Amino acid sequence: MASVTTPEGVVPRVETHHTGAITMRDRINSAIMYILLTLLALLSIYPFWWMIVASTRRSATILTAPPPMLPGSALGLNYEQLLAQLPYWRNTINSVGVAGIHTILVLFFCSLGGYAFAKFRFPGRDRLFGLMLATMMIPGVLGIIPSFMLMRWLGWLEGADNYLPLIIPGVANAFGIFWMRQYIASAIPDDLMDAARIDGAHEFGIYWKIVLPVVTPALAALAIFTFMGKWNDFFWPLIVLKDEIDYTLPVALASLPNLYSNEIGVQLLGATIAIAPVMIVFLLSARRFMAGLTAGAVKGS
Amino acid sequence: MASSTLEAGGSRRQRGTMYEMRRNMWAYIFIAPFFLLFAIFGLFPYLYAFYLSFVQWDGIGGPASQQWVGLANYQSLFSDDVFWKSIYNSIWLFVVTSLNLVIALLLAFILNSGLVRFKEFYRAAFFAPIVASSVAIAIIFSTLFGERYGALNYVIGLVGVAPVDWLGSALWIKPAIALVVIWRYFGWNTIIYLAGLQSINTDLYEAARVDGAGWRQIFFRITMPLMRPVITFTVILSIIGALQLFEEPLLLAGGTASTSPGGTDRAGLTVLVYMYSQAFQYLEFGYAAAMSVALFVIIVVFSFLYYRFLGREEA
Repeated sequence: MASVTTPEGVVPRVETHHTGAITMRDRINSAIMYILLTLLALLSIYPFWWMIVASTRRSATILTAPPPMLPGSALGLNYEQLLAQLPYWRNTINSVGVAGIHTILVLFFCSLGGYAFAKFRFPGRDRLFGLMLATMMIPGVLGIIPSFMLMRWLGWLEGADNYLPLIIPGVANAFGIFWMRQYIASAIPDDLMDAARIDGAHEFGIYWKIVLPVVTPALAALAIFTFMGKWNDFFWPLIVLKDEIDYTLPVALASLPNLYSNEIGVQLLGATIAIAPVMIVFLLSARRFMAGLTAGAVKGS
Repeated sequence: MASSTLEAGGSRRQRGTMYEMRRNMWAYIFIAPFFLLFAIFGLFPYLYAFYLSFVQWDGIGGPASQQWVGLANYQSLFSDDVFWKSIYNSIWLFVVTSLNLVIALLLAFILNSGLVRFKEFYRAAFFAPIVASSVAIAIIFSTLFGERYGALNYVIGLVGVAPVDWLGSALWIKPAIALVVIWRYFGWNTIIYLAGLQSINTDLYEAARVDGAGWRQIFFRITMPLMRPVITFTVILSIIGALQLFEEPLLLAGGTASTSPGGTDRAGLTVLVYMYSQAFQYLEFGYAAAMSVALFVIIVVFSFLYYRFLGREEA
C-alpha cells in the first residue's frame, strides 16, 4: 500500500530489497505487468466512454469506421427524442423512490438484527445465525414464479401498491444483518451497553441512541451497495411493473425500441442516465467502498 | 435413581433456558423481522415452487384454477428440445465465463505484489463495470458488437480478421454474451481475491523468498492453498450467478418483446430466459415452475460437486 504513495519511482521495491540490484528481467516483468494492467483498465473504462460519446451523436455519425472517439453535438436532440419515447424523468423518480425507501428500511432492520446477533447471548443464537447465512445460498430462481403469485394474492400488483413488491421483500436480509453483525461485534464495547442498562435504558433505546450512532461507517457502506443493487435490479421489476409510467429505469431502458429501429444515441443517453448516479457515488467513495467490501467478502467466506 | 437425577438436571436446564430466553426477549424481537420476512417471501415461495411444478396454471386465476397434472410438466420438460438446449447454453456460459476467475486471481496476485503503483486507480477501473446497470451494459455492448461499424469488429479488422456477426449468428452469440459477463465480473472477483491475499501474513512470502523460492513456487505452494476458502466462495457464487444469467442473454439475443428469445437458432437462450418466456409470455406457470425446480437441482448439484471434490481443505 505504502509504495503507491511514496515517490520511489517505478522500481519494484520489494524485489530490490532482496536482490540488491535491478536486473533487466525485473524491468521487463514490470513493463509486461503495467501493459497488462493498463490494457485491462482501458477495456473496463472504454465502454462507458463510448456510451458518453454515442449519447451525444446521431446514428449517422456513430456508425463510422473507425468508431468516433469524441462527443458530438446532438445531445439535445437525443434528449428530446428520449423524452418523447418514455416518461424518463418519472422513471428516474420511481427508481430513486424505490431504492431510497428500500435502503432506509434495510439499514434499520439489518442494524437491529445485526446488533442482536452481535451483542446478546441468547439460546439458539449460533444456530439461527447459521440458518440465516445458509438462506443466502438458495438460488433465487426457485422463488420467482410463486413470488409473483404471492404478490397477486396480496394485491400488491395493483395501483400504487405495485412498488411494495420491490420495496418490502429483503428489507431484513441475511447479507445486511451479517454485515452489521461483523461491524457491531468489534466496534462496540459491552461495557457501554451494560452501563446504559444499569441506568435503566430501554433495550430499543440502547440500540437507537448508543449503537446506531457508532456504526455509521458500516451503515454508509451497506447503504451504498443496497441502493446500487436496488437501482440496477431488473428481473423482478420487469415482472411486477405493468405500466410505462411505473417503470424503474432499467425496465424503462429495456423497453426502448431496439437498435434497428431507434437512434443509437437515444438509447445510450438512456443508459447514461441509468448509470451516472451510481457511478458518481462509486467514484467519490471508491476507496472506502472497496475497503469495506473486501473486509466483508473475506469474512463472508 | 439415574433417571431422576437426569430429569432434575434436565428441568433445571429447562428453567435456565426459559429464563435466558425471557431475559433476551428483545434480541428475539430484533431478529424476528428477518425470519418473518424470510418465511413469507423466501421459504413459502421456495416450497410452493415444488407444488406449482405439478400443476397446470395460467398465472391469472386463483389457486382454484390450478389443475393438478402430476408429473406431466416434468415429462414434457425432459422431452422438450428447447429446454435441453437452454440447459446446454447455460452450462456452456458457466464454463466459459469461469475464465473471469482465472483473470481475477492473476490480477489480484499482481496488484498484491507490492510492485504496482496507481493500485487504487486500477482497482477502481476494474470494479466500475459491476456498479453499472446490467441492462445499460447490455445496450452499450449491443452497439459495440455491431457487425459493420461496431468497435469490436473494427479492432479485429485491424489485425485482418473478417467482421463477425456477433449477435445475429448462432455461432457467436454465446461468446458475445460470455465476453460481456467476463468483462462485468472479473473486477469484482479481483477485489475479493485481493482481500483474501491481503489477509495472508507477508512473513510467509518473506521467509519463502529468503529460502530462494521463485514467484511460481510462492504462488502454487503458499498463495493457492491459503486462498482455497476464498476461491471456493467465488466459485460457488459464480455457479449460482452464471447458471441464472438473464439480462445479458435476454437483451443481447432478442430483447424483452422478442417472440424468439435466444436469437438465431435459440443459441443464446438460457434457462432463465426460457423460463421467463414460458411464464410471462405463454402463461405456462406450472411448466415454468418445473423448469425452475430443474435448474435449482442442477445448481445445487454443481455447487455440491465442486465443494466435495475441489473446495475442501483435504481435497
